[in-house]
Amino acid sequence: METAVELERAGINLKPSGRMPDGEVALAPIESGKTVGNIEVEDPIFRCRDVDVYYGAKHAIKKVGIDVAKSQVLAMIGPSGCGKSTFLRCLNRMNDTIEGARVEGSILLDGRDIHDKKQDVVQLRARVGMVFQKPNPFPKSIYENVAYGPRIHGLAADRVELDEIVHNSLQRAGLWEEVKDRLQNPGTSLSGGQQQRLCIARTIAVNPEVILMDEPCSALDPIATARIEDLMEELRQSYAIVIVTHSMQQAARVSQRTAYFHLGDLIEVGETDRIFTNPRHKLTEDYITGRFG
Amino acid sequence: MNSPRRTPKETQAIVERSLNRRYWAERRFRAYGFAAVTAGMAFLVYLFFVIFSNGLGAFRQTQIRVDLYFDPAVIDPAGTRKIDDLRAADYQALIRSALKAKFPDVEGRAASRELSRLVSGSASFALQKRVIADPAVIGTRETLWLLAGDAVDLFMKGQVDRALPEAERPLSDSQIGWLDKLKSEDALALRFNKTFLSNGDSREPENAGIWGAVAGSFYTLLLTLLLSFPIGVAAAIYLEEFARKNRWTDVIEVNINNLAAVPSIVFGLLGLAVFIGFFGLPRSAPLVGAMVLTLLTLPTIIIASRAALKSVPPSIREAALGMGASKIQMVMHHVLPLAMPGMLTGTIIGMARALGESAPLLMIGMVAFIVDIPKGITDPSTVLPVQVYLWSDSPERGFVEKTSGAIIVLLAFLVLMNTTAVILRKRFERRW
Repeated sequence: METAVELERAGINLKPSGRMPDGEVALAPIESGKTVGNIEVEDPIFRCRDVDVYYGAKHAIKKVGIDVAKSQVLAMIGPSGCGKSTFLRCLNRMNDTIEGARVEGSILLDGRDIHDKKQDVVQLRARVGMVFQKPNPFPKSIYENVAYGPRIHGLAADRVELDEIVHNSLQRAGLWEEVKDRLQNPGTSLSGGQQQRLCIARTIAVNPEVILMDEPCSALDPIATARIEDLMEELRQSYAIVIVTHSMQQAARVSQRTAYFHLGDLIEVGETDRIFTNPRHKLTEDYITGRFG
Repeated sequence: MNSPRRTPKETQAIVERSLNRRYWAERRFRAYGFAAVTAGMAFLVYLFFVIFSNGLGAFRQTQIRVDLYFDPAVIDPAGTRKIDDLRAADYQALIRSALKAKFPDVEGRAASRELSRLVSGSASFALQKRVIADPAVIGTRETLWLLAGDAVDLFMKGQVDRALPEAERPLSDSQIGWLDKLKSEDALALRFNKTFLSNGDSREPENAGIWGAVAGSFYTLLLTLLLSFPIGVAAAIYLEEFARKNRWTDVIEVNINNLAAVPSIVFGLLGLAVFIGFFGLPRSAPLVGAMVLTLLTLPTIIIASRAALKSVPPSIREAALGMGASKIQMVMHHVLPLAMPGMLTGTIIGMARALGESAPLLMIGMVAFIVDIPKGITDPSTVLPVQVYLWSDSPERGFVEKTSGAIIVLLAFLVLMNTTAVILRKRFERRW
């Protein structure tokens, strides 16, 4: 039982809090900022410490600290409303766009605070791309969807180069073969899964360092989901990926590290295999064994 | 109360009993709606019928055919062919002698005057113009259609009652006799009224035209569009996308909504005090009219544009921002194109209102009697609704059909404008 020893060392009381008479689990009190497992990795791309997010008076994220490793998929799981999406949106400052949202703490991208005055938010979002829950291609042609990013950032010197970027991005997103004959068709004419891959192509067209994915497969059928998951495996060779997912199977399939959130607290972080086979916190165990969530 | 002890059969029976009532409610509502639409359509048809039956006559006018001799002895007795001499000639005399030739038995000054009154006073100007344009006609004989006087026009359109005593008619017995004779010779006819579509205003109904008001409305509305659309859209974008939501923006929002309900004449007074009184801009000019109408249409355009911006799905904004687009890029590349149809709808509504406004323009002097066609935005002019107002107020009987004719032109202008806007909107609306 070395885990219990470790946990005790980490200051977590793992003594079973006992079953309530009706079978409900009585939860141990949570201390914010005391995450079980190793939040650190070597040479991280993101280093977040003591991150708090408030929506008005609501304390949505409490003292979350975690590293994001390069060339890895980090999965964030947890019940609805636990703050995993909120935390994800901190990483490219998408929370800035929400009226009344306030982010505190330090989030270092390559050692530089993304809230630093010198950090330009436009540049940040070019480095940290995002794929959303619902496929949201622009109401433009497939070509224009992918070309948009390179165009606004001035990544292509001429039309030939732009064509090449579009071609490569679609190729890497596994969409090229399906759309190469209809690049001028509207992006919204594609199926849901294709649209999501188009959104991924659009994101990688600006060559980011990190890709954030907010439940990218929740609106897709299993076949489309499998394609996106294969894609993630391929993409992680060149990008760090952070994915929020409701599907524990998906987290287990695609990620190397997993973080479990609960009511704004980061409860446990660890190697995905370890989290799913040997969770150390009671809440994590309850969640992954399906007792609640 | 949903009793759990009810059997499915009993529940079914209850549902069935309520069905009739529900369907009746629906049928009743449909009947109300249908009645409302029918009533609306009936009023519209009646309105159109009245306007067109009154106004179509304005597009035709009575003309008299005469054999006219361009007598060199009258036009240019000295034979100089100088423009000044040609201009000063007595063309009325040519018409008089032409009519005299038709009715050789007319004797005496009074009778001759009555005879020459059949032709409009402006006919001599038409002859003058013709001679100055081409002096070679002097000495020749030509068959011409001359514009008839307004009373003759009314006679031809059946608005002169022969049964009335002579003193109560605009035409005397002998005049009617001459007209009957002309008619029997096919020398009196209703022909297409070019004057109405090409002239400015006039005190003589047969000479009054709508073109001055059309040009005035055109300049005014074009300028209103050029001012109010960019200002309105920019204000809406700023308020919706960039301004912080705080007490100030709330105050601004409430005030914009209030402005939309301010009576238009108040804007007219404001324009008079500020644009004319303070800045000293010219009176009666489309420039000032457009500025006043801009104030009037801005709230409409801003409110509609903000609603259109609000209806753009947030996912598009997130997608753009997530790609690293700056806020202005997000707005210009993605939000604005999607919001444009809604903005154009608001603009159409605003411009249609501006086209129909007369009250604020009265305040800034666009109600003046202006004969010349305006050639620019600072020339004095009037606009279509004000022209309608002016003519409807005129005592001459001939202006009645001119009023309806002007309304027809106003409606045509409106339809043309709205069609353009709808086509434009359709092009933007090419949704994916």
